[in-house]
Amino acid sequence: MSNLIEGFLGKSVDGKKSRLPAKLDYIQSATGLFLGLFMWGHMFFVSTILISKDFMYSLTKFMEGSMFFEEPKPGLVSLAVAVVFIIFIVHAAMGMRKLPASFRQWQVYRTHMKMMKHDETSMWFIQAVTGFSMFFLGSAHLFLMLTQPGSIGPYGSGDRMLTLWPFYLMLLFAVELHGSIGLYRLCIKWGWFEGENSKETRKTLKKVKWTITIFFLVLGLTTLLAYLKIGMDHSDNAGEKYHPTTQIEKIYNANTEVTA
Amino acid sequence: MSRTVTIKALKYNPNSVVSKPHMVEYKLEETEGMTLFIALSKIRETMDPDLSFDFVCRAGICGSCGMMVNGTPQLACRTLTKDYDDGVLELFPMPAFKLLKDLSVDTGNWMNDMSKRVESWIHTNEEVDISKLEAPSDPKIAEEVFEIDRCIECGICVAACGTKLMRPDFVGAVGLNRVARFYADPHDNRTDEDYYELVGDDNGIFGCMSLVACEDNCPKHLPLQSKIAFMRRKLVALR
Ligand code: SF4
Ligand code: FES
Repeated sequence: MSNLIEGFLGKSVDGKKSRLPAKLDYIQSATGLFLGLFMWGHMFFVSTILISKDFMYSLTKFMEGSMFFEEPKPGLVSLAVAVVFIIFIVHAAMGMRKLPASFRQWQVYRTHMKMMKHDETSMWFIQAVTGFSMFFLGSAHLFLMLTQPGSIGPYGSGDRMLTLWPFYLMLLFAVELHGSIGLYRLCIKWGWFEGENSKETRKTLKKVKWTITIFFLVLGLTTLLAYLKIGMDHSDNAGEKYHPTTQIEKIYNANTEVTA
Repeated sequence: MSRTVTIKALKYNPNSVVSKPHMVEYKLEETEGMTLFIALSKIRETMDPDLSFDFVCRAGICGSCGMMVNGTPQLACRTLTKDYDDGVLELFPMPAFKLLKDLSVDTGNWMNDMSKRVESWIHTNEEVDISKLEAPSDPKIAEEVFEIDRCIECGICVAACGTKLMRPDFVGAVGLNRVARFYADPHDNRTDEDYYELVGDDNGIFGCMSLVACEDNCPKHLPLQSKIAFMRRKLVALR
């Protein structure tokens, strides 16, 4: 990485600039892209509760390897969470380089932003604030998922929302704003979809960006409400695991057979 | 129908021990086709001979008259007062540059340093024989180079850049655009490695946070966003 002389001078021994800044820039974008797209998939997954409890449940079990194992293995989920957690931490470390690091930097940016009223300049500030908040919010959520993967499910998640909804509400806004602005910025940064007329493309991209933000916010809020409702309805039996309808039928049948 | 326009300007002389930064308000009759430059000249002639601001060409060519107009960096000579519905224009000097006095900043020395920093000249080993006819350029490439070369060094992209305001050593869009200009020019024999040495760090291309205020405010409408993206792709791909 950087040896004594290079660290001291900021130049390699043969007088060349380090290639590391290029790599860091690339890693920041790559991890951001992964996390941004992952969050789309994640939102679609959690929102399956809007279709039915059973569907959400079967997906959960699928992720615990129900296709391959007799017994579900929540450890698989932990493993996936661990990978995401690592990427998350790397992204946070890369993003940190861009945050205002002193009061003066903060002050000059805020003043500039308020004076200029320029969309992308203001959007960056939202990204900085949500990014910073996710150091804590994101970590807390990921830690929960890492340590209690088995609790994910219609009832488990419902119970969780009942106690933690203010936390998840904040996280939802932070993720959706940060993610969609970030993906939009990636397109600008690397010139993706630029085409012949970059100004027109940017206008379109911005529209798409806001549509996506609103779509995921609405989906997220509805999903949160759905879990909250489950959590409330189920609050007397909090902690109990969900049993899919087919399983209940089986149990019921078994019971009726015995009594018959 | 003429109306009264209100011009508020920051007055401050950082070189004077007694000067305190304060806003001064001037009111004047709006005339047909009045630019901010005309308004300021009138203020200086009739109200406040001490008000400092810069201009040379009055036609958007020299790039001397950049200032913050209601928060946005603009060329004063190309700003029409009639475009402001409430007739109020609040003026600040451009940030990021050394403040000389009131609305006047030193962009010249900054641009000079930037030019040296990105080695803004053709690097070639070819001997030019002026007795011979110059080799023809590919018109498409020549056009591309001329397009990027239209920069008037007004500094507006620098003053508009939040990154630059937070990190004073950032080279700014004008510098990155300059690199792209020589990159596009086949007369220049510099390689990707050479350009990396100039701007391959967090004060150069990798410091840009894609806020695109440069692109959105450049009075020459230079394609700064795509030129910066292009240089970023080139320099990140380097092994
Ligand atoms: S790139 Fe545009 S805004 Fe920047 S100095 Fe040149 S002309 Fe001015
Ligand atoms: S005075 Fe020359 S650009 Fe305005």
